[in-house]
Amino acid sequence: MSQDTLAPTAPSSGGPLLHVANVIADRRSAAMGAFRERWGKLPKAARLVAPALLLIVLIMLPVWDKNLRSSTGSGIPVIGTPNTSFAGVLFLVGAFALCAIGLNVVVGFAGLLDLGYVGFYAVGAYSVAVFGSPSSDLAVAYPWLICVPIGLAIAMAAGVILGGPTLRLRGDYLAIVTLGFGEIVRLAAVNTSWLGNRSGISNIPKPPGERADGSKLFGVVDITPFYWLILAFIVLALLLVSNLERSRVGRAWLAIREDEDAAELMGVPTFRFKLWAFAIGAAVGGVSGGIFASRQGFINPDTFDVLTSILFLAAVVIGGSGNKFGVILGAVIVVYVPERLRGFDESLFGAWFVVLVIALVATLIARRATILSSTVRAAATLVGGILGLVVAIGVGTQLHSIVTDLGTKNPTRLLVGAVVVVLIVGLVLIRLISYVQSDAARTVGLFLGAFLTVLVGAVAPYVFDEIGDGVQALRYFAFGIALIVMSVFRPQGLLPNRRRATELADRKKEVAVGVNA
Amino acid sequence: MNFSALIDNFGQLTVTGFTQGAIYALIALGYTLVYGVLRLINFAHSEVFVTGSFAAILTLRLLGVGADEAVPSTAIVIAVLFAAVLSAMAASAATALVVERVAYRPLRKRNAPPLVFLISAIGASIAISEAFGVFYSRDNVPVGNLIEPTTQFEIFGATITNRMILIVVAAFGMMILLDTIINRTRLGRGIRAVAMDPDAAALMGVNKDRVIAWTFVLGGLMAGVAAVLYNLNIGVTKFNAGFILGLKAFTAAVLGGIGNLRGALIGGLLLGLVENWGQAVIGTSWRDVIAFVFLILVLMFRPTGLLGESLGRARA
Repeated sequence: MSQDTLAPTAPSSGGPLLHVANVIADRRSAAMGAFRERWGKLPKAARLVAPALLLIVLIMLPVWDKNLRSSTGSGIPVIGTPNTSFAGVLFLVGAFALCAIGLNVVVGFAGLLDLGYVGFYAVGAYSVAVFGSPSSDLAVAYPWLICVPIGLAIAMAAGVILGGPTLRLRGDYLAIVTLGFGEIVRLAAVNTSWLGNRSGISNIPKPPGERADGSKLFGVVDITPFYWLILAFIVLALLLVSNLERSRVGRAWLAIREDEDAAELMGVPTFRFKLWAFAIGAAVGGVSGGIFASRQGFINPDTFDVLTSILFLAAVVIGGSGNKFGVILGAVIVVYVPERLRGFDESLFGAWFVVLVIALVATLIARRATILSSTVRAAATLVGGILGLVVAIGVGTQLHSIVTDLGTKNPTRLLVGAVVVVLIVGLVLIRLISYVQSDAARTVGLFLGAFLTVLVGAVAPYVFDEIGDGVQALRYFAFGIALIVMSVFRPQGLLPNRRRATELADRKKEVAVGVNA
Repeated sequence: MNFSALIDNFGQLTVTGFTQGAIYALIALGYTLVYGVLRLINFAHSEVFVTGSFAAILTLRLLGVGADEAVPSTAIVIAVLFAAVLSAMAASAATALVVERVAYRPLRKRNAPPLVFLISAIGASIAISEAFGVFYSRDNVPVGNLIEPTTQFEIFGATITNRMILIVVAAFGMMILLDTIINRTRLGRGIRAVAMDPDAAALMGVNKDRVIAWTFVLGGLMAGVAAVLYNLNIGVTKFNAGFILGLKAFTAAVLGGIGNLRGALIGGLLLGLVENWGQAVIGTSWRDVIAFVFLILVLMFRPTGLLGESLGRARA
């Protein structure tokens, strides 16, 4: 580690931590840091306005969608989900976000990799089902308000039971043991008759409450009340978690995450705090599972497979492990994006194209020093791009009908074809252009590159349009790729925890200066 | 609880468990090799196995061995099996190498923390198995009739079939081969050196990146053979078959002491036996649960496995 990063520099108004972060992180983070600093100087009332506004928007989203659907026939433009219930999607995002907040306590705060978090989600869901449903073997049919605390308690107990023997293990052993636990819970549900075997449990109770006209508030048709319920739990969980984060417990977790041995030496009872992290994470997951079960009214073991567990983890990692708002963003990406893609329609064409153009321009600006050094080449790229667009519009309408014919046969392969073509074209072109020495060849390469990229990119939505199923089928595949790409290029996540980003940048720097080569 | 089933069929259960355990051990070697050298769980190793499994099936299909055809003559079976093993080994080794290049090497260059490695590995694992699920089939894929199990001899009331003999002999042959490579060859010395101290090994002129790549290839070759043996033993495969099997092979590696080649062998055999005995007592559907509970129990009492972690012999 170089001397300047170790030396205690004069703390700026943002505190020493922020200062170090600014020094180490790149320009983007520095800009973010400046924003934080300015944000921190605003009066408290002003700082509360933004989250309050956001919350109001979030609360109103399904209402607006419903109103728009009844007046214009389609829901909220661009962000609405045309083919599925928007409130239902929002609820699922909420359930995942709650799980991500809980898992973040374990993974992000305490640094324990839990691959079996779905086990706690399942325990919560099954507890509510067994104690609440009149058709379960227990048949006590307790009301919802009693079932959810029971689910919370049992999930928490499961966390302690799993954590007790296993939390003394090192990180990667723990990961595999928790993965095994997730499978054990699912297999136990499959094999136990009073848990309903494969067919599961139905008639799960719903929260109490009636509308003015006497109908049930938490019904089957309108999911909006469930969405508000999960939103309330998310706010509660956020309050709980942010207070924990700033408390003695949170500092202990931080110490354990950074260096467990050092923490132990400094007198932190690491095992006890790790167990707490596990129990709290499990409790939050249990509540989420319980609410999910009562919204569904019916559960079976298929919902709680390991891929769901991996999705929870993906939400935490993609969003930014350790940042409680980041993991919510992660949940949105993990749940909402595939659901949105299910109903991929013409209205997204514009958005898709804007993204494409921005990406292209950004790449060109980033590479202007090496590739686009002359006006001729810049012009060639531009002309190629425009020509590609023109051809794309011509071909696109044709392709639309071709794909419609093919679409019924094997949409997945078609989609894969489109994605693979884009990838190959992009990769090959980057390689080729960097190898080519002669100016003329570079110009031609750039022209062709821009032409092909825009063509393929602009045609792709026509393909996407026909094959929403293909997107569905490929979402786990895409997640796998996304996880690798994230790990390689942005391991700190989209909205990183500042400290974590600093730490990662620091490790990278160590390699750069040759400390650990 | 049905202990009489265990006592009555003890011999047969033991033999079946031993066969299954030999396959676990062969896959476990891949986990153990990579862990010994890089101190990282190659979560994608299960998909290295799956790739081999599918490569073998595709080779069989190309050579005209389908699920519906009759068992061909012995000479043809040997030739076809040989081709299947070779293609599976090649495919698995290639997958292992690609995973190392794409998912691990960039992270190594950045000195990323272990958690990031694991997440990248999970990503590779999902992507590969889903690729098979999406492109090939999401259903069970039958292997085809290659060897009709016939009883060769009986011992302690257990019938030994030709298939079992083939699997056990092939698995042990590969393990002895690997053990020889690690302990007797120049490459093996390089691997042991990097496992003991990567930096010192690099200073002594060992090409660290090449040794690591070879480690993945060796693990992939073992997984390729294991894939063919698994295909023979079970008769079907699936795009996500690697998940449970990989978890069990990892369990086997941990049982014996991960990073320890002979530990992987013992762990694999032990897991196969315990699983088979256990399912006779508790019920077939609890088989996977037995394996995981066994892992948790062993780790509680011996956190570094039965033989301890060590690829090179001298590690503190």
